[in-house]
Amino acid sequence: MSDIAQFEEVTEDGRQVLRFSGPLTLARLGRLPDRLKEVSGRGMLVDVGGVDRMDTVGAWLIHRLVHDNDAEVRGADESTSFLLQNVAAADKPAKIRPDRRPAFVQIMDQMGTATALAGKTMLGLLGFFGALLVTTWTVIKRPRRFRFNATVQRFEIVGIHALGIIGLMSFLIGIVIAQQGAVQLRQFGAEVFTINLIGRLTFRELGVLMTAIMVAGRSGSAFAAQLGSMKLAEEVDAMRTIGVSPMEALVLPRVMATVLMMPLLGFYSAIVAIIGGGLLCWVSLDIPPATFIQRIREVTPITDVWISLIKAPVFGLIIGISGCFQGMQVEGNNEEVGLRTTAAVVQAIFLVIVLDAFFAVFFSEVGWV
Amino acid sequence: MSQNGDSIISVRGLKNAFGEQVVHEGLDLDVRKGEILGVVGGSGTGKSVLMRSIIGLQTPLAGDVTVFGQSMVGRDETEAKNIRRRWGVLFQGGALFSTLTVAENVQVPIREFYPRIDNQLLDEIATYKIAMSGLAPEAAMKYPSELSGGMKKRAGIARALALDPELLFLDEPTAGLDPIGAAAFDQLVKELQKNLDLTVFLITHDLDTLYAICDRVAVLADKKVIAVGTIPELLALDHEWIQEYFRGPRGRAAQATETAEVSA
Repeated sequence: MSDIAQFEEVTEDGRQVLRFSGPLTLARLGRLPDRLKEVSGRGMLVDVGGVDRMDTVGAWLIHRLVHDNDAEVRGADESTSFLLQNVAAADKPAKIRPDRRPAFVQIMDQMGTATALAGKTMLGLLGFFGALLVTTWTVIKRPRRFRFNATVQRFEIVGIHALGIIGLMSFLIGIVIAQQGAVQLRQFGAEVFTINLIGRLTFRELGVLMTAIMVAGRSGSAFAAQLGSMKLAEEVDAMRTIGVSPMEALVLPRVMATVLMMPLLGFYSAIVAIIGGGLLCWVSLDIPPATFIQRIREVTPITDVWISLIKAPVFGLIIGISGCFQGMQVEGNNEEVGLRTTAAVVQAIFLVIVLDAFFAVFFSEVGWV
Repeated sequence: MSQNGDSIISVRGLKNAFGEQVVHEGLDLDVRKGEILGVVGGSGTGKSVLMRSIIGLQTPLAGDVTVFGQSMVGRDETEAKNIRRRWGVLFQGGALFSTLTVAENVQVPIREFYPRIDNQLLDEIATYKIAMSGLAPEAAMKYPSELSGGMKKRAGIARALALDPELLFLDEPTAGLDPIGAAAFDQLVKELQKNLDLTVFLITHDLDTLYAICDRVAVLADKKVIAVGTIPELLALDHEWIQEYFRGPRGRAAQATETAEVSA
């Protein structure tokens, strides 16, 4: 008894005979499948009497050999013939891979699909915004349907839990602006203008923009993943059948949280960045904190604060809607949740930056410089 | 000891707990070579946890689990791999890999353990395994998300059988199948067991399956296996839950069908 599947080719009474021996199982096949490919001969006899153990893979190989060569099986005991019958019954030709297409067609197909998808996403986002407005209106008409607890809970997660990371980020950004500004301005002997740089940049642009990026990464992605998993688990469908509107219960509290928390977080971010910048000015430029604060108040117009407070809720709306919209689009499998989460963050950050550019031009044009 | 000699799985003094909640305590179980052992028990008695402990997905707090005569507790990955290629597992929900087609799912274990098998043979193996588990040939190219619950189960069975294992773990295989499909599945398991020397560890609530194919049934209650035996042996026991389980309206119906089939 050998340890590996074997066969030998002999001739009995002028008839070709393949004599198998050893264990004909998946684990012990060795090079048998390759060797079998080279064998042919119509009407041969396949002798499986010497096989000590056979599994369905072995039976399949025998079946294929017999089928291809119009051969006859000899020496099959009861369980072997059962296996052979079973695999023969399961021998249904099936296509298990899609046909390959030419590369050119594939590229055109991908481009077309991507374009159609981009258009559909934009349209869907707009539709989602509309649905959200309708929901908001119904909730305003019937305030009892407003989910107070869910909303407050979202405020905590989106707002309060983000204070630490946004504070640290802003503090470091303040230091970087001050340090780099000081290095560059020193060449013109204008180090004192570092304060202008810090005050105006953090309030007008960076405070809100960096906060928006952080909130998109923290909360926008979480929204998409949460809603996406809920859709996969049919939780959203269950809600609908019970009569709970997912827009009211899931989407509205989340979007409200980002819309209302963004101005607060943006303002907080600007203040912390100024503290960071002030610290650096104190340590490396010898500007005492009192002077620094006084200068900040002189050089930063109040319009810069208004600008950030106007931009922040809009950015919050974009982040909330992108996250919830992408989450609600999840269908099919878990991979989709990952793809949609990525899409939510990319879309939110992209739209925030595009709108920020519009805002920058707009506010300069209206004279808030 | 003679019983221990031919038992393929042996569990001794198993203890499992999640935090405060103790699921198993002092659980003993033997699965003999070549038998189909049904495992029954109320919801939450830890049937799936027992299966997970045996296949090494759940590290028990105490006790020992031996499969093929080798201890599964505290075993390192490379050694465990040699044991894993000898069994197949069907999880409750099918647990198919969602980014692979059904055919690719079936091929995963073969590719992993026998990388030398060429692609043509792999495709053929996947095709007949899928047909054998009762799926339509067109299903081979589909992704799990495109399948119904019953089809997922069948695809899961095809994957569990991919390596032609000696030992098969089935977690509620017939739940979610239509009665015709469930009966065909019972038949398939029975025949494979007979012809491939399979040992089957089968968790089920399906009384028809228990009557039709199980050689012995183990009853899980009170954190341990309270009884193991053939159904007539279990019926002779004076235990409230066992009596209610097998003598309840559904139990009687299943028993009646079985007796009718035997006398016919």
